Amino acid sequence: MAMKSSELQKAGSWESEVFQVLNPEGKLLSELGGEIDEELMIKMYENMQFVRAFDRKSVILQRQGRIGTYAPFEGQEASQAGSAMALSDMDWMFPTYRDHAAAMIHGQEMYRVFLYWMAHMDGTTCTEGKKILPPSVPIATQLLHAVGTGWASKLDGDKDVSIAYFGDGASSEGDFHEALNFAGVFKTPTIFFCQNNGYAISVPFEKQSASRTIAQRAAAYDINGVRIDGNDIFAVYLTVKEAVERARRGEGPTLIEAVTFRYGAHTTADDPKKYRNQEEVSKEWRDNRDPLTRLNKFLTENGLWDETKEAELLSKVNAKIDEELKRAENYPKSHALQMFDHVYAETPWHIAEQREELKKYLAKDGDES
Amino acid sequence: MIQAITEVMDQKLAEDPRVMLLGEDIGVNGGVFRATDGLVEKYGEDRVVDTPLAESGIVGTSIGLAMNGKIPIVEIQFLAFIYPAFEQVVSHAARMRYRSRGQFEVPMVIRTPYGAGIRGPELHSESVESFFAHTPGLKVVVPGSPYDAKGLLVSAIEDRDPVIFLEPTKLYRAFKEEVPEELYRVPLGKAKVVKEGTDLTIFSWGAMLREAVNAASKLEKEKGMSCEVVDLRTLYPLDRDTIIESVKKTGRAVVVHEAHKTAGLGGEVISLINDEALIYLKAPVKRITGFDVPVPMFSVEEDYMPTLERVKRGIEETVNF
Repeated sequence: MAMKSSELQKAGSWESEVFQVLNPEGKLLSELGGEIDEELMIKMYENMQFVRAFDRKSVILQRQGRIGTYAPFEGQEASQAGSAMALSDMDWMFPTYRDHAAAMIHGQEMYRVFLYWMAHMDGTTCTEGKKILPPSVPIATQLLHAVGTGWASKLDGDKDVSIAYFGDGASSEGDFHEALNFAGVFKTPTIFFCQNNGYAISVPFEKQSASRTIAQRAAAYDINGVRIDGNDIFAVYLTVKEAVERARRGEGPTLIEAVTFRYGAHTTADDPKKYRNQEEVSKEWRDNRDPLTRLNKFLTENGLWDETKEAELLSKVNAKIDEELKRAENYPKSHALQMFDHVYAETPWHIAEQREELKKYLAKDGDES
Repeated sequence: MIQAITEVMDQKLAEDPRVMLLGEDIGVNGGVFRATDGLVEKYGEDRVVDTPLAESGIVGTSIGLAMNGKIPIVEIQFLAFIYPAFEQVVSHAARMRYRSRGQFEVPMVIRTPYGAGIRGPELHSESVESFFAHTPGLKVVVPGSPYDAKGLLVSAIEDRDPVIFLEPTKLYRAFKEEVPEELYRVPLGKAKVVKEGTDLTIFSWGAMLREAVNAASKLEKEKGMSCEVVDLRTLYPLDRDTIIESVKKTGRAVVVHEAHKTAGLGGEVISLINDEALIYLKAPVKRITGFDVPVPMFSVEEDYMPTLERVKRGIEETVNF
């Protein structure tokens, strides 16, 4: 099957219309003005390698039956790591089921992410003290929450901001529009971070909307809107940082459209060959626009990175992943009775009774409870 | 079962130019469960429509399509994803005939996979049929076998009112059954006696039917109990006559459903029995259901649902009351 013209067009035309700092060849297009120093550049690269290795490992774990259905993000590392690195510890994060990279960079412990995909009852928790919400499964609903948390912070005079992650498909949902509008009206410190990876499962963006871009929707609500190369971690970082600073200064919300691509399937239950020329398109992005490759080129050319460092990093990263995986696999298994906890602040009679009923039943079954 | 469902849509698209399919990823992708596999190639993008990702948009525009001469068959990927469209379903699809005093009608079908037991991620396993069975103007249908899936879907498509057609994901590929090739109808509003018995009636539907039938045959072998199993098939409106007739015969009943207990349909079935057959009862009617907690992560979903053992115990307690 030949590559569809829309796919070629998509792959080729957008670059002239996005904010880009580091081009795919690893060349700087503008001065960084001291905003990203060498240490930070290296950290960016390390973070991207870290989350990519996690992602690849997870796909393997799913195939081995050690975790359930998994939503891979390979290809989107710059968007996720770069945006999360521009936040402060105190900031609120509302990820979706594909944004574990962002969550981990913002402080989510990896073993919890593994627990999530193992469908453990504690898999939806975040690192103590963090403001990282459980991954949103319904589409675009979390955007409104990020307006609400930002709104409260504004009312209280707090300086934290809220960032909501979502995809191109989410821009079709009503909640997306309601969130942008509320954020505009109440000037909330909210960052709407859209990773436009071109596909909502199988539906390409040109079928999703007649709008040419997602960023342009900001104009309708008179809020700030930016379209960036989501595979350029410098552009992502600088844009989010600026949006965060604006929000902290009380200048309101920003909609960021980071153009990127998911190399793999929507989830491990999906087969992208059904709806796109998977091999060709994925290869095209991987070969020519990969977020890690371009930063690697840049760092190498500037004498900041070499093969020894690469090998050291990979072994460090893999050791960390193995350690976190072990932690997840050694974590006490979910117990059925956990399902009755936390339905309410105080458990009402009927749930207490049903808990007892199941407890007795499991005890009869020889299950220790 | 999934093949039977695909076949109906294929045949209906071929037979009736008014029929349209709408949903997310139902085109080249063939739907997340492949229910529409191959249909866009056959009938084109005007009739098998990959919509924007907006459930309220899908259902809302389908109401307009239906009022203006089309017969939309909507696919919502999972039942819990219908909530953005809840207003369209409840405030509009269900009430259009009523509000216009019969001037406008909304002949549409909303198909959606539902239920637990397939190791689905969060919010992929809900069983909230009660929301819809509490909404006058809607019909709520759940097939329990491939044969019924085909016949009920044909009836749903031909019905002049909006039908919520809930497909138990656990049964999609659970068993093989020969299904006639030609279109046939299984009437809405009619329950089916799946197995005859004399000591107790098990009322159930969807994926829980298998537990019901298994419990009945195990108890027959192990304890000599004779259980009748009734598949309600249409949850709204209920088939009162079949329910009452069966209870009059057996004098005992349990309702098995995976939905939460509180305000689940089990309560409605029991109320019907109280109204019409109380004096025939030899024991209180028991509900064996999912618990009153959000459907938990799949690591414990088996314990959330009524297991075969829980169903058996509930039956024994009722028979030995």
